[in-house]
Amino acid sequence: MAKKSVKDRMTNEINAGSMADIAFLLLIFFLVTTTIVEDKGIRVKLPPWSEEEPDITKLKTRNVYSVLVNAQNQLLVRGEPVDIRNLKEDAKEFISNPNKRDDLAEKPTKAIISLKNDRGTNYKTYLEVYNELKAAYNELWDELSMKKYNVHYSEDLPAAYRKAIKSEIPFVLSEAEPTNFGEE
Amino acid sequence: MAKFTKKRGKAKPAISTASLPDIIFMLLFFFMVVTVLRDAELKVKVITPYATELIKLEEKSLVNYIYIGKPLKKYQDIYGTKPRMQLGDKFADVKDIPLFLEKHKIKVPENKRPRITSSLRVDGEVTMGIVQDVKTQLRKSGQLVINYSAKQRPD
Repeated sequence: MAKKSVKDRMTNEINAGSMADIAFLLLIFFLVTTTIVEDKGIRVKLPPWSEEEPDITKLKTRNVYSVLVNAQNQLLVRGEPVDIRNLKEDAKEFISNPNKRDDLAEKPTKAIISLKNDRGTNYKTYLEVYNELKAAYNELWDELSMKKYNVHYSEDLPAAYRKAIKSEIPFVLSEAEPTNFGEE
Repeated sequence: MAKFTKKRGKAKPAISTASLPDIIFMLLFFFMVVTVLRDAELKVKVITPYATELIKLEEKSLVNYIYIGKPLKKYQDIYGTKPRMQLGDKFADVKDIPLFLEKHKIKVPENKRPRITSSLRVDGEVTMGIVQDVKTQLRKSGQLVINYSAKQRPD
């Protein structure tokens, strides 16, 4: 039997063919363990904390759009029960007041939405109501944006445009401390 | 003058696979960089409600998560069935929020701190009481930008 000389062994290279397999293994491990979680939601800016409640009684009643949600998840808008499906259109009419009715907001800059819920209200219902109110504003912004700049309103719009639109129709939503009638 | 020689008889050289590991490693590093390991195991049941006016959260490193929901079945013996809040990977009370926010804040560069968002991942069945308490505590802590996590309504 012929033995390999030392010199022969030195020239041998490490076989790198299995390197790809090892890398693949690692790759698959990372692919499996990581989750690409995409988070979407409704962005809200809370008011800074203050001890006293904002007083909406000083405002003219025609400018306040009060929305109450009770522990049975029922809606009361300006003293009348309203179906959530009609809330958006109703809010839009209140804010823009196209027919210049004297019981709706004087102008969009003066309109204030007051939202009040109970501690027993379902979070789902609350978010639905909030979503509808936000949708009303988004649609009004979109309409104004189309009229002024002929583009749809979106977050990608130049900041100056958005500022101009929001100064004409500002989003003012005041949330009162919830009542405590319902069962939590 | 050189003549063109026919190569018919010769065996084809094999394609070199030496660069294959490099390509795979590149892919591997790409995935390692873009994916974020899920840091917390959920201990409460959270099924977020549907909504339409959604905004995408951009930078994940600027977001901290607050989960609210009923404890999972295996934790119900200890924590009951009332909705609870989860911060990080453990159950917490409302009074733990300021410390939680502060711990997240120190990891964020100073110039980005005003853009920190708290994402509230709340189960649809939860009542507003606990959500309200969390919101009040967030306001007291000066964390004013929040996000009600929701899913796109399919229609």
